[in-house]
Amino acid sequence: MRAVGIILAGGNSRRMLDLTSRRATAAMPIAASYRAIDFALSNMSNSHIQKVAVLTQYNARSVNEHLNSSKWWDFGRKQGGLYIFTPTITAENGYWYRGTADAIYQNLDFLKRCHEPYVIISSGDAVYKLDYNKVLEYHIAKKADITVVCKDLEAGEDATRFGTVRMNESARIEAFEEKPMVAHSQTISTGIYIIRRRQLIDLVEHCAEEERHDFVTDILIRYKNLKKIYGYKINSYWSNISTVEAYYHTNMDFLKPEVRNYFFKELPPVKSKVSDLPPAKYNPGAVVKNSIIGSGSIINGTVENSILFKKVFVGNNCVIKNSVILNDVYLGDNTYIENCIIESRDTIRANTRHVGEGGVKVVVEKNERYAL
Amino acid sequence: MIKKEMIAMLLAGGQGSRLGVLTAKVAKPAVAFGGKYRIIDFPLSNCINSGVDTVGVLTQYQPLRLNTHIGIGIPWDLDRNVGGVTVLPPYEKSTSSEWYTGTANAIYQNLDYMETYNPDYVLILSGDHIYKMDYEVMLDFHKANQSDVTIAAMPVPIEEASRFGIVVTDEASRIKEFEEKPERPSSNLASMGIYIFSWPVLKDALLKLSEQPNCDFGKHIIPYCHENGKRMFAYEYNGYWKDVGTLSSYWEANMELIDIIPEFNLYEEFWKIYTNSANIPPQYISKEAVIDRCIISNGSEIYGEVRNSVLGGGVTVGKGSIIRDSIIMRGVTIGDNCVIDKAIIAEDTEVGNDVVIGIGEDVPNMEKPGVYGGGLATIGENSVIPSGVKISKNTAISGVTSSEDYNDGVLASGETLIKAGERI
Repeated sequence: MRAVGIILAGGNSRRMLDLTSRRATAAMPIAASYRAIDFALSNMSNSHIQKVAVLTQYNARSVNEHLNSSKWWDFGRKQGGLYIFTPTITAENGYWYRGTADAIYQNLDFLKRCHEPYVIISSGDAVYKLDYNKVLEYHIAKKADITVVCKDLEAGEDATRFGTVRMNESARIEAFEEKPMVAHSQTISTGIYIIRRRQLIDLVEHCAEEERHDFVTDILIRYKNLKKIYGYKINSYWSNISTVEAYYHTNMDFLKPEVRNYFFKELPPVKSKVSDLPPAKYNPGAVVKNSIIGSGSIINGTVENSILFKKVFVGNNCVIKNSVILNDVYLGDNTYIENCIIESRDTIRANTRHVGEGGVKVVVEKNERYAL
Repeated sequence: MIKKEMIAMLLAGGQGSRLGVLTAKVAKPAVAFGGKYRIIDFPLSNCINSGVDTVGVLTQYQPLRLNTHIGIGIPWDLDRNVGGVTVLPPYEKSTSSEWYTGTANAIYQNLDYMETYNPDYVLILSGDHIYKMDYEVMLDFHKANQSDVTIAAMPVPIEEASRFGIVVTDEASRIKEFEEKPERPSSNLASMGIYIFSWPVLKDALLKLSEQPNCDFGKHIIPYCHENGKRMFAYEYNGYWKDVGTLSSYWEANMELIDIIPEFNLYEEFWKIYTNSANIPPQYISKEAVIDRCIISNGSEIYGEVRNSVLGGGVTVGKGSIIRDSIIMRGVTIGDNCVIDKAIIAEDTEVGNDVVIGIGEDVPNMEKPGVYGGGLATIGENSVIPSGVKISKNTAISGVTSSEDYNDGVLASGETLIKAGERI
């Protein structure tokens, strides 16, 4: 592969409420077995990219911990590898990453020392599968300066939390608006870009001279009439998780057989750090309907239309409906959970009731765990 | 210079012929256990949990699956710059070339490997038992007693004692007598096949007995050390230890895992068991599914009914199918409307629709009554069972079978159906 990868995993999202108070969006657990960044990382690994930089900042611990070894994504090699860049103080610079372009600028040495001609940039908070080689072929065929991977949202889906684009008939991007108040197009940018490495270095350096820091507003939007910026449309599954609703629905999507097949069975596989947990255990009294269950879970109650992550304990006579229960949650006997997301490592006391009325409720309870 | 205080030698070359078709293509240590694990995971995990980071795995019979499973040892953190896990198959030598002819002979042929690490102690393990044990504690016992050879031993019912190597000890646990499979055992303390040797003692014994045909630890090395007045101690172990050498004991040990609080608990934080998990995705339980008292591994999809069973990873159970009291290993696909009772179905087997397993009388198996018993139906890996057939008790099936292989669509109790050829 003639490209290096950059994954932007530094962000948080205020629209994820309490879920990102302890972790970065890129470290959000997904579909019981994964974390959000696994998808971008696996795509890079499966596209035979050898060298990947992950830029972390907000709650960097959570991402760094997940990336404690590059082995799991097959980046543990002498040629290339996985690099994690958190902001540091240098002789020239004492700022945090002030934006995506600034994050790249602060790690320009990494880019300058690479020899690969292209750079693939992806956000770390989207669930998707993509062979970047196909996008790169397109990028070269179009003689593009920048290629932006785009997707058409379904009619009625809210495009205003994304960057919306409008392309002409040759797929060149004519209009690009970042999080517009009113969306004029249902085509959105997925936050995946391909750009020639030299070009990226020039643009980012130029940005820095002008004290501009954002890749979208200061490069894509600003240069759109000067540089040849093309859109590459994907029709496959792509979902960004950066609001509570989106996070909930992305997880729930895995209850659909076509989504499960696409991510779980079709090649190439999504890779992740393996946690050494035993198989899930179903004791007498367990009633499980249309649910995903992670390894190491022990079920004694009723679970319906829900996603249970790893090592969840469901007590006797519990009822869980339409909920997402994150890793290592302990649910005491007789609890009733509906329409909720329960934060990792929570202990829900026996006989508690949590129901998300008119929307998904995020439950964060740090009770002491008596049993187990 | 390289120096490791204690290294482990794990004997994993045995076929385990009493597991029948399960070990037709894999060595016994590579047989699946408890859903996601393989038998060898238990001693390997014990090693790393005990701080033993250098393990030689001696392979001989059908090593491919074992080699693939172990790889460079990443799942057990045994990928090391110095030490780690090394697979040791028999090899050609300038003077003589032979297979491993016995447990001690296998170790003898790898003297050079052990010498490399300059060990003080060598731990001898076998790859066919299910247990959790801290070998470091055993080593402390070995050192405290200034022992030359320490044998891990556990009390067994006296009526079963004649199946084991029996040690007779004094109050200080020093071994007075050693009896290999005695008719009239004088103690009920059975050797577990786990030994710690002080390296010079082991080396000397191996060299002295190098001409001994089929040189075996229980039959030759231990008696030799005993005769030569070495200090030998029995390290008594009272935890869970299971020999899964027969299909019935293998089935029972799996079934014990589904107890509400199993005696052998895999869910404890302490002393984790590691394995090479091919399946990362979670499992899916459908709207129609009924799940009762079972353990199910990652990547499985259940559309039917599963009771009292142990399922491996990536298993699919079709709509309307009922599975009871069975072990279904990784990658098995079961069609719709099957009824499966007391079966062991090995990896990647395809079972069609409307198949019934486990019916009929409890007639002993005609070919191998000692292997296929307990009312179990055993199906080897990569087999194909056509739709609509009925399979009775104490049967064995392996290979791609078609409905013509079944008389009136039935495999009668006690019959064996082995078909050559691979599935395409």
